[in-house]
Amino acid sequence: MASNRVLVVGGGLAGLSATMKLAELGIPVDLLSLTPVKRSHSVCAQGGINSVNDQTRQQGDSEWNHFDDTIYGGDFLQNQPPVKEMAYWAPKVIDLMDRLGVTFNRTPEGFIDRRRFGGTLYKRTAFAGATTGQQLLYALDEQVRRHEAAGLVKKYEFWDFLGPILDDGGRCVGAVAQDMVSMQIRSFPADAVVVATGGCGLIYGRSTMSVFCTGSAASRCFQAGAKYGNGEFIQVHPTAIPGADKLRLMSESARGEGGRVWVPRKPNDTRPPKSIPESERYYFLEERFPKYGNLVPRDIATREIFNICVNEGLSVDPNRMCVYLDLTHISRAELDRKLGGILEIYEKFQGVDPREEPMKIFPAVHYSMGGLWVDYEANSEGGLVPGSPRNQCTSIPGLYAIGECDYQYHGANRLGANSLLSCIFSGLFIGPGIVNWIKSNKASADLPKSVFERAVGVEEARHKKLLSNTSGGENPYLIHQELGDIMTRSATVVRYNDQLTDAYSKVTQMAEQARRCSLADTGNWTNQNVIFTKALQDMFPVAECILKGALMRDESRGAHYKPDFSMPSLTSTDPTARHREAEQWCDAFDENNRKFLKSSVCTWKGNEPDLKFEDIDTRLLPPRPRLYGLVGAEVIEQVWKERAEAKAREKASAPKELVGSA
Amino acid sequence: MIASGPEADQKRRPSKINVRVLRQDGPGLPPYWERHQVDYEPDMNVISVLQKIAAQAKTSEGKSVTPVAWDCGCLEEVCGSCTMVINGRVRQSCSALVDRLFEDNPEEIELQPMTKFPVVRDLVIDRSRLFHSLKRVQAWVPVDGYYDMGAGPRISREAQEQNYPLSQCMSCGCCLEACPQFNKVELQRNPGESDEDFTKRKEAAYESEFIGAHAISQAMLFNSHPVAKSLEKERMETITSTGGIQACGNAQNCVAVCPKEIPLTTSIARAGRAATVYAFKKIFDR
Ligand SMILES: Cc1cc2nc3c(=O)[nH]c(=O)nc-3n(C[C@H](O)[C@H](O)[C@H](O)COP(=O)(O)OP(=O)(O)OC[C@H]3O[C@@H](n4cnc5c(N)ncnc54)[C@H](O)[C@@H]3O)c2cc1C
Ligand code: SF4
Ligand code: SF4
Ligand code: FES
Repeated sequence: MASNRVLVVGGGLAGLSATMKLAELGIPVDLLSLTPVKRSHSVCAQGGINSVNDQTRQQGDSEWNHFDDTIYGGDFLQNQPPVKEMAYWAPKVIDLMDRLGVTFNRTPEGFIDRRRFGGTLYKRTAFAGATTGQQLLYALDEQVRRHEAAGLVKKYEFWDFLGPILDDGGRCVGAVAQDMVSMQIRSFPADAVVVATGGCGLIYGRSTMSVFCTGSAASRCFQAGAKYGNGEFIQVHPTAIPGADKLRLMSESARGEGGRVWVPRKPNDTRPPKSIPESERYYFLEERFPKYGNLVPRDIATREIFNICVNEGLSVDPNRMCVYLDLTHISRAELDRKLGGILEIYEKFQGVDPREEPMKIFPAVHYSMGGLWVDYEANSEGGLVPGSPRNQCTSIPGLYAIGECDYQYHGANRLGANSLLSCIFSGLFIGPGIVNWIKSNKASADLPKSVFERAVGVEEARHKKLLSNTSGGENPYLIHQELGDIMTRSATVVRYNDQLTDAYSKVTQMAEQARRCSLADTGNWTNQNVIFTKALQDMFPVAECILKGALMRDESRGAHYKPDFSMPSLTSTDPTARHREAEQWCDAFDENNRKFLKSSVCTWKGNEPDLKFEDIDTRLLPPRPRLYGLVGAEVIEQVWKERAEAKAREKASAPKELVGSA
Repeated sequence: MIASGPEADQKRRPSKINVRVLRQDGPGLPPYWERHQVDYEPDMNVISVLQKIAAQAKTSEGKSVTPVAWDCGCLEEVCGSCTMVINGRVRQSCSALVDRLFEDNPEEIELQPMTKFPVVRDLVIDRSRLFHSLKRVQAWVPVDGYYDMGAGPRISREAQEQNYPLSQCMSCGCCLEACPQFNKVELQRNPGESDEDFTKRKEAAYESEFIGAHAISQAMLFNSHPVAKSLEKERMETITSTGGIQACGNAQNCVAVCPKEIPLTTSIARAGRAATVYAFKKIFDR
């Protein structure tokens, strides 16, 4: 047997955990990344990572509950078996990270400390100070360095993945990539390729993500034939610090510790915030949601802040949208003790002390739930078959996707502290499946050279063409800015079909424009100009998936909110009429699910995505409505419960069906 | 999220920012200064200045030039990518706020690459030596494997509080730039030399030189972990050999510039004590 190799593209939490698991299984790995893997975007994660634990278990929690919360939080848009498997693995993932030396916060007795995050009743979240992502990433980076020192892993850092290589039968047999220093383009034959290239926030210009999160790698797989799922689901975090270069996250814990969100009641009030009397302040979250106040769920807080600035014109800054997040009523000592780390970020980047002045914050694009479509093989309990080569495989055999760049785990809305989990879980879990895939296939190293040379030739031609295109006249940085503005305006918090239609046609035109970019740098040494321009061009296919999905999905679900197609509150006050209304509401809900409880799955057709809706595997948990903030929620809940019970009775009397694989 | 315009500012700001950048087209080529001018906006940092320079690709004299190359990632001082020498001081460029820099010198911002690492191009430098040091001190926990074996050892709160700061080292290299004992190692690729051979030759050269404060600190971090301790002897061997702790002159420059405020001199002092113990042991074990 010619020696087998696997290529892992991306060294965030997902890519590193896959690399170390494969190395443990004795497979040599080439690990390719835009940046030294230790600098991957995963370092930015602050809050933590979820799992059921001994303490929550005794309070009634279970893996099943974690699974249920994740599905419910995601508005039922996930195929359930992979999510179930993840929830059941979560405690093992934390145990492993603990053994690898992660400096998790500790209880006085020396156990891992936990905090509570959104979307659950239990304290499931393990954390390491305010830098959980960094600490997890470093532990994995260290293990991979250990395998690198032993010779099993070879790193290619400052390399740009340009696309998968397919053989004549359509199987992925390697990839083409470019050295960002010498600009050399070469092929990497591999028996399987794993893309773990993270999110695509840069399509929105500025977001809470790192500059590496262009989505270009996923787009290149998409353009090579891999399907892209649920692109329209983009999570917008309610509180970020607007900056000229980046929107930096202001953690939810600021509100958790008593932070209050407000604007002056009078539009364009230019007085300094502290001189505005209480009676002239509008604490809009507290007034509108008396029960939850400032701690309404993420999507609600985001919509309200957006609305107060955009539609009610109450932004606190005349030139840009933002509201106050105020901590100044809390004592300095208490703030330092509980929120030190995150307040320092504000101070460092705004040059203003948030203990003295209210912070100015606004929602920001934060996470991509959608991504490359991936397969799975379910077992009879509704989890996954371990070692199945189908798990995490894209629609191109031999090409795998894990981490934020897949579409698998978070449905319409990701719960806090679940992403780090999905990254590490999927990275560890696919190892044995890939080994089995390799065993059943001819080694790529034995394929004719021409397969690889052809692929390199295509990329070299693209590169040369870009460098020699001096007459095009378009500036890639300006096009990027414009793309970001369009996407931010049309496809974030609130979505309207006319705006989306308009944005879609603009974006397709701009994709043409981006092909006419002329570069200020036409050299062949560390040419960041050309690397960026390629990434920009490849943002368009994904941007089009996002817009098309948003346009065709005429409903509201999770992060995707269309006021024109939202389920209304109940209006009657008379109990019988209200009950009847609730019945109708439930009928409408069922009807809507028949249409839209589906993944949007795009295929690239050379110049635009073709979108189809695909059924979702809800074999374990029947969908139920998320009723937050709706008038009449209790009645709807009551009706829903009665119906569910009736269905259950019906099912119990019917002959049992075997649950097969999806 | 929505494009921002100039803020109604209390303080008056100049409308333009002058930037002087030390450029270099490639390894071994002569460096040269170049002036750029960009529009001032509120809340800018050096990264957003460099973004504007890249978009303009013109010097302040109006000459078309290639965009200045530089490294960045997280833009929130946690990834370690964007280290450079700004107005004579080594630091992260993402947390270098223009308004603050103006307080020192409103006329101009001066950007230079780090001087202790070979320049790749402009402000981009090759820090492979810094990562190689982490291999030299075996900065990892040598676990048996990645199968489920239950939780790790119980760790006291005190131990966590001591170790957490050390584990925040983001490999930025500020401490190395500031260290008088850390000297630049720059090799040129020989004609026809393969990537692998060149890397090997570089790593051999690194190994006879100072490992650096960051690596000493990492060695102390792992020596205090109940499982990683098993490699203590190997780490101490590196720390007591050429390029180890005796290369450190204890000038304490490192701790002063670390953006993560890692207690490097405390780690160095611990390493010094451990080295003495280790040296004695070695004599008696012979
Ligand atoms: C500010 C912030 C805070 C967060 N906090 C939390 C939290 O508390 N809990 C939680 O669960 N989640 C959190 N998240 C989400 C979570 O951090 C990410 O979803 C997760 O880290 C993604 O990891 P990944 O391995 O998929 O990708 P990344 O860490 O993004 O890594 C991607 C890798 O791919 C490489 N790559 C990309 N493109 C290419 C290319 N073209 N060629 C070669 N290589 C390429 C990159 O170099 C990098 O190595 C947060 C996100 C943000 C933005
Ligand atoms: S204390 Fe040692 S490592 Fe730190 S700057 Fe001085 S010589 Fe360098
Ligand atoms: S010790 Fe501090 S200065 Fe040195 S590399 Fe680490 S974070 Fe940077
Ligand atoms: S960009 Fe990450 S530290 Fe500056």
